[in-house]
Amino acid sequence: MASYIARRLLQLIPTVLFILIVVFALVRLLPGDPASAILGDRAVDADVERINRELGLDRPLVVQFGVFVKSVATGDLGDSIHLKLPVTTLIADRLPVTIMLTVMAALIAVVMAVPLAFVAALRRGTAADSTVRGAFQVGLSMPVFYLGLILLTVFGAKLRWFPVGGYGEGFVDNLYHLFLPAVTLAFSLSAILMRNLRSAIIGVIDAEYVQFARSKGLAPKLVLFRHVLRNALISTVALFGLSIGTLLSGAVITETVFAIPGAGRLMVDSIYGRDYPVVQGLTIALAVLVSVTFLLTDLVQVWLDPRVSR
Amino acid sequence: MSGPKTTEPVLDVRNLTATFGDGELTAVNDVSFTVGSGEVLGLVGESGSGKSVTLRSIIRLVPASGDVSGEVRWQGQNILAMRDAELRGVRGGQISMIFQEPMSALNPVLPVFTQIEENLKAHTDLDGNGRRARARELMDMVGIPDAARRLKEFPHQFSGGMRQRVMIAIALASNPRLLLADEPTTALDVTIQDQILKLILDLRDELSMSVVLVTHDLGVVAATCDRMAVMYAGRIVETGTVSEVFAQPNHAYTRGLLGSVPHAGTERSRLLSIDGTPPPLDRIPPGCAFNPRCEFATDACRATVPPLQDLSPGRSVACFNRDSVVAAGSPV
Ligand SMILES: Nc1ncnc2c1ncn2[C@@H]1O[C@H](COP(=O)(O)OP(=O)(O)O)[C@@H](O)[C@H]1O
Ligand code: SF4
Ligand SMILES: [Mg+2]
Repeated sequence: MASYIARRLLQLIPTVLFILIVVFALVRLLPGDPASAILGDRAVDADVERINRELGLDRPLVVQFGVFVKSVATGDLGDSIHLKLPVTTLIADRLPVTIMLTVMAALIAVVMAVPLAFVAALRRGTAADSTVRGAFQVGLSMPVFYLGLILLTVFGAKLRWFPVGGYGEGFVDNLYHLFLPAVTLAFSLSAILMRNLRSAIIGVIDAEYVQFARSKGLAPKLVLFRHVLRNALISTVALFGLSIGTLLSGAVITETVFAIPGAGRLMVDSIYGRDYPVVQGLTIALAVLVSVTFLLTDLVQVWLDPRVSR
Repeated sequence: MSGPKTTEPVLDVRNLTATFGDGELTAVNDVSFTVGSGEVLGLVGESGSGKSVTLRSIIRLVPASGDVSGEVRWQGQNILAMRDAELRGVRGGQISMIFQEPMSALNPVLPVFTQIEENLKAHTDLDGNGRRARARELMDMVGIPDAARRLKEFPHQFSGGMRQRVMIAIALASNPRLLLADEPTTALDVTIQDQILKLILDLRDELSMSVVLVTHDLGVVAATCDRMAVMYAGRIVETGTVSEVFAQPNHAYTRGLLGSVPHAGTERSRLLSIDGTPPPLDRIPPGCAFNPRCEFATDACRATVPPLQDLSPGRSVACFNRDSVVAAGSPV
């Protein structure tokens, strides 16, 4: 297992390099150039040239890329054009909010999906099954921002159980503020996981090894958790890992609806403001985050299923 | 092969019936048999004749769509009427089962030790050390070398024969009195088959267990069983000691089965092999279910189901024309 982890960590290197190449290329493909973003639309050519020289944009691409990789490696992602702050400071400020929102959403999704998948699978074809599946079907077909607005109106504005936006002060207050947004974000992932796990459980529940486990006289709970759930989870964990990227992009919308000062909002604002160092830095940070999550789900997968070659 | 040890039966199955799909499909139809102490009973028949469902019904191991009725007498109780908690004490603790495909019957994601240990946890008072020691002992007992290391391994790391030994070790963990073995050697190649059968017989002697051995292979029955029951389309059609039945089959189906057994030193003699296949559950013919394939069939066979009649204690047959079958002699 240790050597497997080491190998997987090594594989992160080419992944990160690839991310850097893509980000580097993308930023240069964005419409509008940084100089006019800084100077405004009525810039004179001389100023544009000066800015380009200052930013190193007049040098060959290969050299620019080298400089770029070097500064990223030393933790320097440049300064925001509009906010006049180091991008790393901005990321350190905003990304934890998004990570917390995403982790909460992921947990809520799992907590909703697993028991309901069990109910639906064990009572397949009954009213309970169709109710669960129907509810999730509705959730799945509802856009994130719409669901967010409904929750906001009902539980925020009407019932006043939760704040209608913002992030609050202190950890507990943060959790409280993030609860509705996290539920919003969790819903479609939960539906996807529930569907997958439900059919995985149905596929496993009459398996020979489950029959054998029953023939040993094990308690039903043990059979269900150790033999059924554990095997059924293998495919669901893979799906969960693959969904993290989607979850992060959902976080962008959710942060906008709930006015949360996270990385998603920062990203949207920066794209509109053509604040390309921020866009670039955030993209790298998010991509690395997703890669690390993939790595973690891979490890869980290996732990769940010893047949996966190490 | 020893003779029948006719003592009080340990297992007494009466009128066992198993249906699927709201009782529309009858996989096991009014089956009765007994198993004596230390006895090996062979349950024989072509694929689809209801052997596995019979075996599983004994410990109520049928899917939710199935329904089991009748009576299974065990230690003065009826297993089919037991509360679930009591049933769990019997399963694995008193009656264990091994399956045909060890690859699919062992949980692929759990180390062998866990799969043995959970049985011990359910049925013994052993502590952690005791369970570890017992697991090693079981691995030795079923002939798996290097027990300490192999206990940590997963099923896919074992060969087919070793995997079947693992399953036997798991089944025998808590010293059951009865082993239900569902074609335990069908998935294995011939030399390994013999080793596994020998292992089961040795363990039967060592642990004074009884065994119900399901197989479609009469060679296996001849080599291992004391008594046999022949099944066709969910019913038992003939019972007796192995020597009695081989010497003089009374049912046309048994005779057909015996006729297709390969004999020592000769090619598989197909002279008497039975044409056709057993009927699916939704198309079991009226009368004797075997009649469309039977060379002895008469009008009575197509009209009425022949009752299972006792010829002598432990010897019974359900055939209208058994005189003709007997007159035709044993093909063996
Ligand atoms: N869960 C089930 N649902 C419906 N039919 C079943 C089920 N299990 C077994 N059967 C049917 O019962 C019959 C007997 O099956 P089985 O006992 O497995 O035969 P054997 O072990 O003798 O090959 C077969 O026709 C099979 O299709
Ligand atoms: S009862 Fe009739 S059909 Fe059935 S085995 Fe005997 S002779 Fe053949
Ligand atoms: Mg079978």
